[in-house]
Amino acid sequence: MAQVIVVTSGKGGVGKTTSSAAFATGLAQAGKKTVVIDFDVGLRNLDLIMGVERRVVFDIVNVITGEAKLNQALIRDKRVDSLSILPASQTRDKDALTKEGVATIIEELSQEFDYILCDSPAGIEKGALLALYFADQAIVVTNPEVSSVRDSDRILGVLQSKSKRAEEKRDPVKEHLIVTRYDPNRVEKGEMLKLDDIREILAIPLLGVIPESESVLKASNTGNPVILDGVSNAGQAYKDAVARFLGEDRPHRFIDPEKRGFLSRLFGGRAA
Amino acid sequence: MSWLDVFRGKSKPPPTSAGAAKERLQIVLAHERISRAGDDFLPRLQRELIQVVARYVSIDPKAVNVSLDRGGDMSTLAIEVELPPPSKDAPADAKPEARAS
Ligand SMILES: Nc1ncnc2c1ncn2[C@@H]1O[C@H](COP(=O)(O)OP(=O)(O)O)[C@@H](O)[C@H]1O
Ligand SMILES: [Mg+2]
Repeated sequence: MAQVIVVTSGKGGVGKTTSSAAFATGLAQAGKKTVVIDFDVGLRNLDLIMGVERRVVFDIVNVITGEAKLNQALIRDKRVDSLSILPASQTRDKDALTKEGVATIIEELSQEFDYILCDSPAGIEKGALLALYFADQAIVVTNPEVSSVRDSDRILGVLQSKSKRAEEKRDPVKEHLIVTRYDPNRVEKGEMLKLDDIREILAIPLLGVIPESESVLKASNTGNPVILDGVSNAGQAYKDAVARFLGEDRPHRFIDPEKRGFLSRLFGGRAA
Repeated sequence: MSWLDVFRGKSKPPPTSAGAAKERLQIVLAHERISRAGDDFLPRLQRELIQVVARYVSIDPKAVNVSLDRGGDMSTLAIEVELPPPSKDAPADAKPEARAS
């Protein structure tokens, strides 16, 4: 049986799509058969971040309405074997998604894949609710900023009450925290919430800390998930997070201000 | 922290905006979590409180009172635990406070 993982946050623009693309790519690199679904119907973006925008023929809504078969809509990634993308519709609205339709798609994907990642839209409305409904695990993406932390707390409440697992009173959705756009220098100056404070407030296991990094924009410019950028600190942080997700024990990096010592200049490099 | 920082006054940092962020979040979330949970958690909270308190002092389960007062922009969760009077063989000045034995 496939594991269904929702990447969610409540708030928009915190890095869900960036994280979905990185995670899906990382899991596939680790040899897991992975599919990543864009649930942001009307505002599709995962295709761009994954660099497959010109290969979109059919989308998730076409599959739900029966206009296309699932494997016609799936886009196989050309960089990483065993990675597929199911794009959102750009022209329809979120009402085109139905619980039954999504259930059928997830059911069918479960036959073929190990991991089904659901890139949630922002908000706690229909699209976001559907993205998390079938989840076995949740990656909650949070920025070190008050509104993002509050919205993450809210979405945790939704996961605990409105997911299928909650409704059926099964084991709860397994929660993971990803703190993104973390800037250790600003944290040190007291301008940004500390990692430990976010952990204390949200009280869910930490999967990774992704530093604020110029490489993320570079990656989205070219349509290559940042995890493929092995020299960037954001790419490495995502790699660590995926490894932790798969059970490896790795220390957290990039959470302290860069020491501009001789060795770090030689080997560590600056925010790439 | 280097020894120079002591002179720069870094050992006692001034209140930061990040500190304010944490404090404000803790308050608003404590509030929102309570309204999210609904009142139905109160009986369980009461049961668990009795268990915890009873680990330290013997109490009458009926002497624990938990109430939730939901207001417009502030709710209060009041927990009242009535402790038994000091026992006869205890020193006269013993206060009935929680104490691990
Ligand atoms: N670690 C990071 N460093 C710098 N910019 C980032 C980082 N993560 C995300 N971003 C930027 O933040 C914006 C929102 O990211 P996105 O993944 O689309 O968020 P969401 O899907 O939650 O709306 C994008 O412009 C993206 O490039
Ligand atoms: Mg997005």
